[in-house]
Amino acid sequence: MNALVQMAAEEAENPLIPPIPELVIGLIAFFIVFGFLAKKLLPNINKVLDERREAIEGGMEKAEAAEAEAQQVLEDYRAQLADARHEAARMRQEAQEQGVALIAEMRAEGQRQREEIIAAGHAQIAADRKAAAASLRQDVGKLATDLASKLVGESLEDSARQSRTIDRFLDGLEETAATAEAKR
Amino acid sequence: MSADQMLAFETDCHLFDGCGFPAPGLHSFMFEPLFTVGGYDVNKPMLLALLSTVVIIGFFWAAFGRAKVVPGKLQMIGESGYDFVRKSIVYESLGKKVGDKYVPFMVSLFFFVWIMNLWSIIPVAQFPVTSIIAFPAGLALIVYVLWMYLTFKKHGFVGGLKNITGYDKSLGPILPMIVFLEFFSNVLVRPFTHAVRLFANMFAGHLLILMFTIASWYMLNGIGIAYSGVSFVMTILMTAFELFIQAVQAYIFVLLACTYVQGALAEHH
Repeated sequence: MNALVQMAAEEAENPLIPPIPELVIGLIAFFIVFGFLAKKLLPNINKVLDERREAIEGGMEKAEAAEAEAQQVLEDYRAQLADARHEAARMRQEAQEQGVALIAEMRAEGQRQREEIIAAGHAQIAADRKAAAASLRQDVGKLATDLASKLVGESLEDSARQSRTIDRFLDGLEETAATAEAKR
Repeated sequence: MSADQMLAFETDCHLFDGCGFPAPGLHSFMFEPLFTVGGYDVNKPMLLALLSTVVIIGFFWAAFGRAKVVPGKLQMIGESGYDFVRKSIVYESLGKKVGDKYVPFMVSLFFFVWIMNLWSIIPVAQFPVTSIIAFPAGLALIVYVLWMYLTFKKHGFVGGLKNITGYDKSLGPILPMIVFLEFFSNVLVRPFTHAVRLFANMFAGHLLILMFTIASWYMLNGIGIAYSGVSFVMTILMTAFELFIQAVQAYIFVLLACTYVQGALAEHH
């Protein structure tokens, strides 16, 4: 133990006085580290870090562009949809108007046709009645004269007289019919 | 191997055996040459310092040698270490624009100091290289020279002197005293404190670990075994604590270097 203390005392230099060999070795060691890191390894990693940042920023830019495009497409789509809706509404409106007009037209046409048919019917009826009346008058006249000639025995072939008589008779008949109608 | 190089348990000296406690001391920091290269003696701290270089370059070579945009595990670890020094030390104190230039220097400084500290708790090595004053002194010297160079380059000779001495006319009559104090503190004391702060912390830490380690062995006799257990637990705790201190001291050393550079580049105040 004593020897140990003695040895320590002998060798004990001031621990704050730097021994030169250690100082030199320390500086060399540090500069080797500094040289490698500064010249080779840190530029290496800086480059990669920059690349990474660019890659990330590039990705972000792409994403932003895609988002903007999507937004644009959505807006376009919405605008188109609104247009289409507008168009559809317009067409419906038009169709409705057209339909209304068509119905009115058809109704008018129908009315016209009906009136035409009715008028034609009336005319036909009148004509038929007239024809019937004329043929009836002739037939009745003939029958009456035939009957009268048979009864009277005298020829009433004389056409002038004949027709006068028949007319008178028929007028008489018509008068009675008219009075009967008036009474009703 | 001389007696002072002996490990505590190589002496067979125990409590109650009538031999005194082989306390660690200055002799624990003196090393005989391990071997000689070309006439130059190489001792343990030198070897560890050179090994630090190998370890740091080896690690960063493996991590950044073929750096990829999508990092591997090792690169990720390297990047987080790099980013820590770059962002939380350099950019914080110098700003991004000015600081970028000094990043490689500060990163080298941090990892060099840290690994040299770290040897303290690495089995077999178990010696913090920075507890030999020469190593922190060399690094502090580099920072000091850098600081001086930047000061005079930025402000010229007179401006540089004013910057160093905190010259400010508005101080009035106490100006000479301030100038004297500032000169004394900046030019003479600063490099000394910069180096000694690191040195003393690692020196003391190593002494504490040694103390508890030796005590664990020394007290391993009779009732002393109980004390020995306590001492051993303390050794473990101190080792963990040292792990923390080593990183903190490296951080402080680099932070101070950044502060000095920042002071050199600042306008006079």
